[in-house]
Amino acid sequence: MVELLQYAKRRADALRGNSAAETTYDAKPGTHLQLWLLVFAVVFPIAVAVIVSTKQTGVVTSLGDLLPGSYAVENYREALVDYQFGRFMWNSLAMSLVIVVGKLVVSVFAAMAIVYYRVPYKDLVFLFILFTLLLPVPVRFIPLFQLMNDLGWSNTILAITVPYIASATTVFILRQHFLSIPTSIVETAKLDGVGPLRFMLFVLLPMSKGVLVGVSIIMFVYAWNQYLWPLIIIDSEANQVAQVGLQLLQGDVQGGQLSWSLVMAGSTLTLLPPLLLMIVFRKPLLETFSIQQK
Amino acid sequence: MTTVTLQNLHKEFGDVVAVNGIDLEINHGEFLVIVGPSGCGKSTTLRLLAGLESTTDGRIEMGGRDVTTVEPKDRNVAMVFQNYALYPHMTGRRNITFGMKSSGDFTDEEIDRRVTEAADTLDIADLLDRKPDAMSGGERQRVALGRAIVRDPDAFLMDEPLSNLDAKLRIQMRAELARLHSTLETTTVYVTHDQTEAMTLGERVVVMNDGQIMQVDEPQVLYDFPENRFVAEFIGDPAMNMIPVDVKDGRAIHETFDIPLPSGNGQPKSNQNGAGDAQITDGQRAILGIRPEDLHLSDPQTNDELPTIDAEVNVREPLGDSLLLHCSIGNTSCNIQAEPRMPITAGETVSVTYDPARLHLFDAETGEAFYHSELRQSTDEQAPSKLTT
Repeated sequence: MVELLQYAKRRADALRGNSAAETTYDAKPGTHLQLWLLVFAVVFPIAVAVIVSTKQTGVVTSLGDLLPGSYAVENYREALVDYQFGRFMWNSLAMSLVIVVGKLVVSVFAAMAIVYYRVPYKDLVFLFILFTLLLPVPVRFIPLFQLMNDLGWSNTILAITVPYIASATTVFILRQHFLSIPTSIVETAKLDGVGPLRFMLFVLLPMSKGVLVGVSIIMFVYAWNQYLWPLIIIDSEANQVAQVGLQLLQGDVQGGQLSWSLVMAGSTLTLLPPLLLMIVFRKPLLETFSIQQK
Repeated sequence: MTTVTLQNLHKEFGDVVAVNGIDLEINHGEFLVIVGPSGCGKSTTLRLLAGLESTTDGRIEMGGRDVTTVEPKDRNVAMVFQNYALYPHMTGRRNITFGMKSSGDFTDEEIDRRVTEAADTLDIADLLDRKPDAMSGGERQRVALGRAIVRDPDAFLMDEPLSNLDAKLRIQMRAELARLHSTLETTTVYVTHDQTEAMTLGERVVVMNDGQIMQVDEPQVLYDFPENRFVAEFIGDPAMNMIPVDVKDGRAIHETFDIPLPSGNGQPKSNQNGAGDAQITDGQRAILGIRPEDLHLSDPQTNDELPTIDAEVNVREPLGDSLLLHCSIGNTSCNIQAEPRMPITAGETVSVTYDPARLHLFDAETGEAFYHSELRQSTDEQAPSKLTT
């Protein structure tokens, strides 16, 4: 909104013949207010979740209920210990890490083949890889379910990781990045007799560090937030992941005793790993997705 | 001995012919420069030499060995690129040693010894522990050169290595490259679009256009005796003036002037034909080529017998050491490099004489040179004068 206004202002100035340098834009108090409102709108639901997780029952009926309660430690302990939410988190972490690592390995090799090797019908293959993006994941659930059962993988970590290891998005992003590496660097390596594996390990990967980290974060968050597929294919509580496990925190729903505070405690816990990663790796993440601006 | 021979070399990219039948012999230890406008096929020729492109047709020999289909790494050549091609995440030292370590042909002591040597030669010892980010353009190119020389290759292939440097640094690096070559005496093929680089660095210069070689010669010969219009206009800045004339009775006749074509040594033409003008036929349409610095404003005091040419000044460009006048002679535009600080204004008509020893005639159709007013001396006699330049 603010940018739009400023853009309109700049346009108008340009039409009147004033250069951008002549016109100054003070950050007015109004601008900050607008920004705070936007931040508030985004943060509010999360803040409510955190607040509710500290209360006894967590039913919010008035503004007064939005003050932090004193049951925080109690609630988090109950979720983690009594309801084994720690176990679900651990499963989620294992699943996400396997998916991220698997995706990276497969995608690096695929992108390398696409960019640096003469493969017959290479462009067609790449197009086909991109084409898989058009297929929504849930469309594959029924045949996938069948396949997992046939393989005897249902209810294991294999079932929730292997189907996600191939990633068109990652291949695409890596391909674009590899293409941006000057060919002269590749050619120097060729003239020096640097083998393909050595080239990958000592030249390509170090030069792609930022992109790899950025892509990994995105993939981690995506994997971490898997809900539908684990719900379908995992039926033992011990192997379940956090997103599905949240539902088990509801408690005695039939008895009308939905314990919102526990659910919110679980939600807050689930939120933490991706949030931490985002905060720690925000720089490479932003770099990855501003490739075009370089 | 690493003599490089190219025979009937062709390279096509789809419908585009990049290199169209090149025959060239590069002598052992020679510094050969390939120069030409963008898209003339000079870089492609270099890449064919390196093995980074495969030939469509023809043959490449290095040191008597046919390397046409040999992998780049087995040709033992080192390439220096315009953008330096340093690995950004490695220090200077690692950049230099990475290739050597990969090939596995060198022991660690050997590598250390060579790096120290190369660092001394190029004065880059203090850059070895820095990453390319922390180096200036010139320093990066020096490290890239270091990487090329440590391997002691049979040939250096340089693809516009100085083009990314600023003007001052370029001149400095140019001298350094010349010094490096005189120390190492390794066969070097150097590609550039900059004729100054070509003239100053090359022992011989290859001028290319449209995938073909226009002329191969020593720089001064190239300048004094261009074999065709393309070379005449490409080499020299400002470019040679090209004035359409008719040739008759040993004279070049233009609508506004009529000048005698001397036979060899700049002497007025006598009846005996000099070797330079053997093919002149009467009534032939031709292009008269005169370099801007060979045209002078005529001085009434020195009463030489040369005819004068009237030229109308359109634009004057003071260059400091000279004054460049853009003029028209009749309908033909023409540049004159005059003495600096001459009180000449645009619109004025000046009277111009020329250096009779520096006239060239080109065929109006084919552009081939068929006459130079000075006789070309044999290569042996040219060689000493090359050393003094």
